[in-house]
Amino acid sequence: MHKRVIFNDKLLPYLLLAPQIAVTVVFFFLPAGQAVLYSLYIQDAFGHDWQFVWFENFEVVLTDRDYLDTVWRTILFSGAVTFVSMGSALILAVMADKHIRGATVYKTLIVWPYAVAPAVAAVLWYFIFHPSIGFASKGLVALGVNWDWKLDGGQAMAIVVLAASWKQVSYNFLFFLAGLQSIPKSVLEAASIDGAGSTRRFWTIVFPLLSPTTFFLLVVNVVYAFFDTFGTIHALTQGGPGKATETLIYKVYSDGVQNLDLGSSSAQSVILMLIVVALTAIQFRYVERKVHY
Amino acid sequence: MAQVELRAIKKSFGDVAVIHGVDCPIADGEFVVILGPSGCGKSTLLRIVAGLETQSSGDVVIGGKVVNTVEPKDRNIAMVFQNYALYPHMSVRENMAYGLKVRGLPKPEIEAAVARAAKILELEKLLDRRPRQLSGGQRQRVAMGRAIVRNPEVFLFDEPLSNLDAKLRVQMRIELKQLHSQLKTTSIYVTHDQVEAMTLADRLIVMNGGRAEHIGAPLDVYARPATTFVAGFIGAPAMNLVPGTLVAGGVAIDGTKLGVAHPAKTVTGADVTVGFRPETLHLDPAGPVALLVTLVGALGADTLVHGRMGGPQGPTITARLPGVVKVREGERMVLRVAPEDIHLFDRATGRRID
Repeated sequence: MHKRVIFNDKLLPYLLLAPQIAVTVVFFFLPAGQAVLYSLYIQDAFGHDWQFVWFENFEVVLTDRDYLDTVWRTILFSGAVTFVSMGSALILAVMADKHIRGATVYKTLIVWPYAVAPAVAAVLWYFIFHPSIGFASKGLVALGVNWDWKLDGGQAMAIVVLAASWKQVSYNFLFFLAGLQSIPKSVLEAASIDGAGSTRRFWTIVFPLLSPTTFFLLVVNVVYAFFDTFGTIHALTQGGPGKATETLIYKVYSDGVQNLDLGSSSAQSVILMLIVVALTAIQFRYVERKVHY
Repeated sequence: MAQVELRAIKKSFGDVAVIHGVDCPIADGEFVVILGPSGCGKSTLLRIVAGLETQSSGDVVIGGKVVNTVEPKDRNIAMVFQNYALYPHMSVRENMAYGLKVRGLPKPEIEAAVARAAKILELEKLLDRRPRQLSGGQRQRVAMGRAIVRNPEVFLFDEPLSNLDAKLRVQMRIELKQLHSQLKTTSIYVTHDQVEAMTLADRLIVMNGGRAEHIGAPLDVYARPATTFVAGFIGAPAMNLVPGTLVAGGVAIDGTKLGVAHPAKTVTGADVTVGFRPETLHLDPAGPVALLVTLVGALGADTLVHGRMGGPQGPTITARLPGVVKVREGERMVLRVAPEDIHLFDRATGRRID
């Protein structure tokens, strides 16, 4: 017996969907539409004078030396965050996958940072590495390092990468651990009987079998580093010193909100939107198809 | 090729002892099958030989050397797993070459070895496929190929055929037998399938509850089982095992008296378990066994007659009679069994009495 409930009321489905649609419209479609609109205009800081300029904002942005520097800086930052967070997560997952005492406690502790809000995490690192009161800073100074990331751009970048990666390790860890546990034990036993030591087993068997997980995480982490690290950067360095830690997403904020160059800021937002669309497309297209065995 | 010797192997996981001391020398080139029900410790024993588990006490000796602390990779063994354990991201060729590559053999030598193994197992056309593009039987063959390319001293098989369908299993069994007679590598084979065990083994180790209950040639194990467990485990349908008491000149079962081959050696009045195989019962109007038939199973070639011995309260036994026997439930029939076909076991210990 298949019983079908039929709602004759055409309005009800729309009503049920309305909250979700409203949220999406208000927080995504309207701002996104506005960004697209603004990116085609030049306006003064007070919004009195509007001028339609076609794609001039994009032209200016994409030929701006400053912007291109930020692109490279963002690529460096994302690369570093992805590498650090995935690398350390993989090491931790490999260790957690072994039979160790207190494995559950260990796993729980590693997952914790994921529950910490980005800004809070950033403040945490801010205090740990504070040039004058941070205990890690004292250690570094004691080792003879001239530690002041408020002045040194390279050190500032290192701190931001560290704080941003730390947050993401938990997420990566969970996926890597699940990936490791889905590798049949007998395959590893077969490899060890075939003569492979543990390092060799890792690089020739485990790592290739993890490749679907790795690829998935790679895209997720790049997206995270590009778009979700605003809070971390804002709380730690505000893009400084100079522009040493200003990434694309942060530049959208500083150009638009602080410098009130809305046309340029909107054009940058649209570019970022296109990047995220491209990354998502790659994800959907290849994750199921290209990387498997 | 090498001899293998198990010396007083014991294994416990925490407080739970799973192997209680197994001794067995295995000759060079011998095919030994470890047979037993699930949970009897047979796979654990094999994994101890492989070095994947460490015994709690006792020695594993391969080729005259004690290998207790030797890593699996240095024992010069090859193992075929129940689920094949092929490397899913490698082609058939790479799967077979892996062990040789790890050992740093020169490329031409690896290619020659893979080609040779592929020829033996008829895998030449599949060399560039991935495991997921293969059928169960082909995967099984690749797993075999991966084992034989390395030309190891010992082959270990952990229920290699139990994931195959019945028809393929018979075929692979024959191929395995042929492969062994061709390569003559010492082999240890674990299974719970007695047909596999009987047909493949030079020698059989029947395990139960972590003990090797009987070690011997398959037909010896069948003809003179060492314990009631072995008697009931080997042979289908299973041997009839009924409680009885020794009397002068034979054994009494609930009023039925049967003659036995060696009455002189046994003590009158002792409680025993009497065993006789279903196929040793024959129709004979003058025979001593009266059977009240409760169920008849006609198989065509044979007829299995289940019934109660002596009367409605008697022990349940099975007779396997050749051809088609016209008998119905509720009817009585009379059978005989030859004295030399009667096995006697001590009822307390389960051990064979001769």
